[in-house]
Amino acid sequence: LAKCTFFISHLTFSDILYCDENVCVCVQTTIMAVEFDGGVVMGADSRTTTGAYIANRVTDKLTPIHERIFCCRSGSAADTQAIADAVTYQLGFHSIELDEAPLVQTAASLFRDMCYRYREELMAGIIVAGWDRRRGGQVYTVPVGGMMTRQPVSVGGSGSSYIYGFVDSNYKPAMSKEECLKFTAEALTLAMERDGSSGGVVRLAVISEQGVERQVILGNQLPKFSTV
Amino acid sequence: RRIMATVSVCKYYPGGFSFDNCKRNALLEADISKLGFSSPAARKTGTTICGVVYKDGVVLGADTRATEGMIVADKNCSKIHYISPNIYCCGAGTAADTEMTTQIISSNLELHSLSTGRLPRVATANRMLKQMLFRYQGYIGAALVLGGVDCNGPHLYSIYPHGSTDKLPYVTMGSGSLAAMAVFEDRYRPNMEEEEAKRLVRDAIAAGIFNDLGSGSNIDLCVITKGKVDYLRPHDVANKKGVRTGSYRYKHGTTGVLTKTVTPLNLEVVEESVQTMDTS
Repeated sequence: LAKCTFFISHLTFSDILYCDENVCVCVQTTIMAVEFDGGVVMGADSRTTTGAYIANRVTDKLTPIHERIFCCRSGSAADTQAIADAVTYQLGFHSIELDEAPLVQTAASLFRDMCYRYREELMAGIIVAGWDRRRGGQVYTVPVGGMMTRQPVSVGGSGSSYIYGFVDSNYKPAMSKEECLKFTAEALTLAMERDGSSGGVVRLAVISEQGVERQVILGNQLPKFSTV
Repeated sequence: RRIMATVSVCKYYPGGFSFDNCKRNALLEADISKLGFSSPAARKTGTTICGVVYKDGVVLGADTRATEGMIVADKNCSKIHYISPNIYCCGAGTAADTEMTTQIISSNLELHSLSTGRLPRVATANRMLKQMLFRYQGYIGAALVLGGVDCNGPHLYSIYPHGSTDKLPYVTMGSGSLAAMAVFEDRYRPNMEEEEAKRLVRDAIAAGIFNDLGSGSNIDLCVITKGKVDYLRPHDVANKKGVRTGSYRYKHGTTGVLTKTVTPLNLEVVEESVQTMDTS
């Protein structure tokens, strides 16, 4: 998988997925999820690249796994789509066997099992978030390598490096839904501004007991920061 | 023990794909260049293919040039492949891979359709293609534009060799995709009429043909609507072969003969063998 030793030096290993003789399929991203009391807010940019060409400028990286469980995908488009499809099938099967809605932790564990077992072949960084009756809103992060951990707020993708400072300083526990939405939109905007491989529109999803609300913030409606 | 219920009769592949031949090929390729030979070039369709969703359905377009390295192997090859009566697929990348992949999925989809008793859906074809391409981890060099109309309306997908897919209103693939996408980004509107959509796809492929060395010759179009498919091959002969205005043939006696010497070669029969022809 890591065959491109000749590749451009400014891209870190986590951005490089594999190299064809001509084309390097690198899918860089900014993804984020925040817990609040009663649910979660998830957000992602919308850019998929093959090399320097943007293959899809309106990608939907927030993929439904179950009715109230979504995942944010970063890494190789092919790998994450295949993993998400497999986990969606397994979770649907499990939910029918249980005859009740599955737990977010179950979904995250299924992702973790697949990402850890095939860690040498895969390049996938996934954030699993949703709402269930037992523990309310939860965010689990499954980065490259197959670790799984629960976090109140999680960022991922190549653009995340630019917003760790913003997220650490601006996150407060017990934020409301509107505050979380504003926080996520601002963080993603800042990352998209600085990371060349993130861009397009900001896609947001709010998952709670009532269901899922989805929003799109177009390029000209993004929050503005500096006028320089 | 969980048993996956499948409706299609696709062969079950135990244990994943064996990559032994790929390792052997890599070693051979490294050795061959030392010996001074070059490995045979796969015929690629350096290509422009595209698709657009319009008011009543989907328009797919493709050029018709197939290249082997820098030589044009086929001046008029067909890149729009049949998947099912309501679904067609354009293929870019390695010609053999796109041809065989689309034929395999077409065959499986027909069996699936007979089993369900329904017209196949584009999403089903998309799933089958992406799962097969992902299984082969990108070694099948097929980049596809899949389009069709089913009970849920018109759908258009782009499928990459590693198995990722995007569902979009307009897509381009192949070496000429940037030229074609430029035309689309300028002139695409949602819910176009059929004539406008055909003109748009024709212009996008033409942009690929005239600005990309790997694409050329004619423009094929495939218009899919609910209940009807127009396979227009060729829709536009963009590159007609020129007519020679003069002849380079010379009459006998144009060049004057100065001297003539005849030398008979004395050959003797060394060995004679007779092979009877089977006339039965």
